[in-house]
Amino acid sequence: MEIIDEKPGKTILLLGNEAITRGAIEAGVDIATTYPGTPSSEIADTFSAIAKYLKRQDRKSPFYFEYSTNEKVSLEVAAAASFCNLRSLTCMKHVGLNVASDAFMTYLYVGCKGGHIIVSADDPSCHSSQNEQDNRYFALFGSAPMLEPTTPEEAKEMTRLGFDLSEELRLPVLLRTTTRLNHARGPIKLTKPKKPKGKGFFEKDPNLVTVPAVARQQHPELLKKMEKAAQISDKSPFNEIIQHGKKNKMGIVTSGVSYNYVKEAVKDLGLDVTILKLGMTHPLPPTMCKKFIEDCETIVVVEELEPFLENQFKALAYDMKSSVNILGKSTGHFSRLYEYNPDIVTNALAKIFEKKNPLEQPAPAKLSLPRRPPALCPGCPHRATYYAVKKVAPETTIYPTDIGCYTLGKEPPLQMADLLLCMGSNAGTACGLSVSTDQKIISFMGDSTFFHSGIPPIVNAAHHNDDVVITVLDNRTTAMTGHQPHPGTEIDGMGNPAKRIVVEDVVKGCGIEHVEVVNPNVIRKTSEAFKRALDFKGPSVVVSKAPCILLENRDKRRAGKKIHTFMVDQEKCEKCDICISEFGCPAFYHDEEDKVQINETLCNGCGNCVQVCPAHAIKVRKEDA
Amino acid sequence: MKTSVVLSGVGGQGVITAANILGKAAVNAKVNVYASEVHGMAQRGGSVYCTVRMGDVSGPLVASGTADALISTEPVEALRYIQFVNKKTKVVTDINPVVPFTVAVGDDTYPALKEVYKEIESRAILYKVDALHIAKQAGGAITKNIVMLGTLAATGVLPFDPNILLETILETVPSKFKEINKKAFNGGMQALKDR
Repeated sequence: MEIIDEKPGKTILLLGNEAITRGAIEAGVDIATTYPGTPSSEIADTFSAIAKYLKRQDRKSPFYFEYSTNEKVSLEVAAAASFCNLRSLTCMKHVGLNVASDAFMTYLYVGCKGGHIIVSADDPSCHSSQNEQDNRYFALFGSAPMLEPTTPEEAKEMTRLGFDLSEELRLPVLLRTTTRLNHARGPIKLTKPKKPKGKGFFEKDPNLVTVPAVARQQHPELLKKMEKAAQISDKSPFNEIIQHGKKNKMGIVTSGVSYNYVKEAVKDLGLDVTILKLGMTHPLPPTMCKKFIEDCETIVVVEELEPFLENQFKALAYDMKSSVNILGKSTGHFSRLYEYNPDIVTNALAKIFEKKNPLEQPAPAKLSLPRRPPALCPGCPHRATYYAVKKVAPETTIYPTDIGCYTLGKEPPLQMADLLLCMGSNAGTACGLSVSTDQKIISFMGDSTFFHSGIPPIVNAAHHNDDVVITVLDNRTTAMTGHQPHPGTEIDGMGNPAKRIVVEDVVKGCGIEHVEVVNPNVIRKTSEAFKRALDFKGPSVVVSKAPCILLENRDKRRAGKKIHTFMVDQEKCEKCDICISEFGCPAFYHDEEDKVQINETLCNGCGNCVQVCPAHAIKVRKEDA
Repeated sequence: MKTSVVLSGVGGQGVITAANILGKAAVNAKVNVYASEVHGMAQRGGSVYCTVRMGDVSGPLVASGTADALISTEPVEALRYIQFVNKKTKVVTDINPVVPFTVAVGDDTYPALKEVYKEIESRAILYKVDALHIAKQAGGAITKNIVMLGTLAATGVLPFDPNILLETILETVPSKFKEINKKAFNGGMQALKDR
C-alpha cells in the first residue's frame, strides 16, 4: 500500500483527501474520527483502508480510527483525545459542521491540548450536497484559526504543520477545503511520519468545565489567542506575495483553489499584477494585508462563494482611511454562486484588466442531448420499498425524505420524495406535518441516517402520539458515500468486530408500539405491512431490510457465485410498460422496434421485475439459467 | 508546454479509474500532473467526466476549448463535453450507446448516432472505436476503459512514452488480470492506428 509503505522522499499521486490523511500520519496523529460525507469521505476511508491493510498484515495501526455515529460525536471523541494530549483529526462535509457546531463553538473557549485538525469539506455548486454554505464563516463565528489549501500537496503540508499551529495556539485548527481540492489528484512528496504517542493522560483542570463563570473567563482568553494567531499569520509560510510582471499598483487577493485559476489566467492574459495568496485565512495577516492595501490602487478579490476576504479587506481599508478600489462580488465582477473555473476567472480578469481573453468560448452541443441524472441502481431494494408503498398509500400521502441514495427516489416515475432539509429531517418534519394536516404521512430515512440523527424525532413522534409512518430503509451500510460501516454493522472502521445495534430494537425502546420488519424484495408482503402501518392510529415504524445490491453482488462475486440476469420474453410481453413507467428500473429500455428489453450489463439480477410484470413475461436470461 | 485530457462516460464504466491511471503514469514519467474526479451522488449511473492536465499547469480544471484529447466511453457523453474541444482536439469515442432512463420513460430522446458524430466532426477530429468489442475480445467488457487509454496513447497527445502508460496499467491491476488488460490496451492502440 503506497500511501503507507512508500519511502520518504518519494513522490506519489494522491487525491487531495488522501493527501490530508497522509499529512496527519506524517504529523503522528493518534486518533482520527468522522461521519462520512461527500466530498470529505476519502480522508476517513483512507484511514480505514490503512488500518484494515495493517491488520491483514498483522502490523499495528499507528492510529485509532472510527466512523462515529454523527459529526458532533466524532468531534467530541477527537476533542477528548486532544485533552489527553494526543494529536487528533476530525473530518466532515460542510453541513456536518452544522451538526458538530454545538461542540465546536464551546470547544474553542476551552481550547485543545494535543494538536487537533478539524477538516470541513465544502461543496461549492452542490455537487453532492443540499446547500453550498461557506464554512469559512465558522472560523470567524467561533474564532478558530483556519488554513485553506490550494493543491493536494499543500493540503498535506497544511495538515502536517497544522498540528504544530494547533498546539502553539492551543486551539483546534479548521482546515477548510472544497470539492475541487478534495477530489483533485496531484503529486505528493512524502516526508517521514512522526511516531504517535499512543496513549495520553487526562489531567484534571477546572477550566474544562464550561459553567458560566468559566465561560466568561475563557472568552477573553480566546480573544488573546486570536491576537497571537494574527501575529503567526503574518509570518505564516502559507501567506505569500507573488509578483507577476511589473509592479503597477494592481493587486489580486485570493485563496484556495481560486489561486490555481488566477495563476494560469494572469499568465494567459500577460498581466502585470501583485498576487496576495492567502493560505492562513483566519485570522488574516494584519501587517501583510495593510501593506498590500497601501501598495495598491486597485485590489481584485477572487474567492468562491461568500465575500469573506472581500468584506474583511473593505473593513481594513476603511480603518486605514485608504481610498483603494476593491473589486469583487459587490461590484458585480464575481458571483456569490457556485464554484469557479478557469473560464470564469479568466473572463472576469480580462474584463477588469481590459485584455482580450485568449480562450475561445465554444458553445455547448447544439443537438439536444438526453439528460443522464444519477438514479437508484438496478436492483436497489429502495425501489422495491417505494413501489410497494405506492401500491397502498392514498394519492395525497406526503413523503418526507432524507439524505442518502434513497433521495434519488425523487425522480419519475417513483416520485417518492416531497420534503428534505437535512440529516434526520424526515421524521421531524413528519411529526410537524401530522399536527398540521389530515394527509397521511410516510417518511423515509436510511439506517446510517437513523443512527446519525433519526432517533430523537422518533422519540418525539412516540411521546406526542403523532399519526405517522416512519420508514427505516435498512441496507446495512452507508451506501451513498461509499459503503462505510455504521452502528448497525458488525465490523467497525478498523476492520474489528463491533456490537451490531439493531434498528427495530432501538425503535421499540423509543416507545413505538407498532413496529414491522419487512424484506422489500417481497413486494406484496411489504405493501401489506405498510397498509397495516397506515391503518394504525399513532406512530408506526417499518424497517425495510435488504442489503445494498452493490454489496450483495460484490459478496456473491467474491464467493464465486453467478449473478443471474433477467430478460423479457417477447412472446409474453403485453407492452403494458409497468416495468418502466411505474417500477422505473433503469436496466429497462425500448429497442429500435419499441420492444421492451433489459440491458444485460446493467441488470443486477434482483428479479423484482418478475413480481411487477402482470404478463409473467420476465425470466432468467437463457445463458444464465 | 501543457497537455489537457478530458475523459467522459457513464458512472460505472471505469472513467475515474482510467483518469487515476493516467495521472499515475504521468508521475511515473516524472511529468507534473493534476487531475479532477467526480464522486458521490454523481456516480450512480449519471454522466461522469474527469480531467487530467500535465506539464506546466497549476490546477486540474480544463478551460473551454483547450482540451488536447477528449476520450469518451459513450457517444452522447463525448458530445456532452464538447465545449472543451477546439478544431485540433482529438476526440475518441466508443460507439456503443448506453440509453439513459430519461429516454426509456419517454421524457428525452437519444439522438441518431450519425447526428452525434456529425456535430463532433464539425468541431474537432473524431475517431470512432468499437471499444466494447475490443474489450470483450481481450477478455472482458470491464476492460473497456483500458481500451480507451490505448486509444488515447495512440492519439500522440501524451507528453511521455505510451509504454509508461501501459506499464502503469500493469502495475495497477491485480496480476491475474495483467494479460487481458495488456490485450485491451494494445487493442485500443491498434484500433486507432488502423484508421
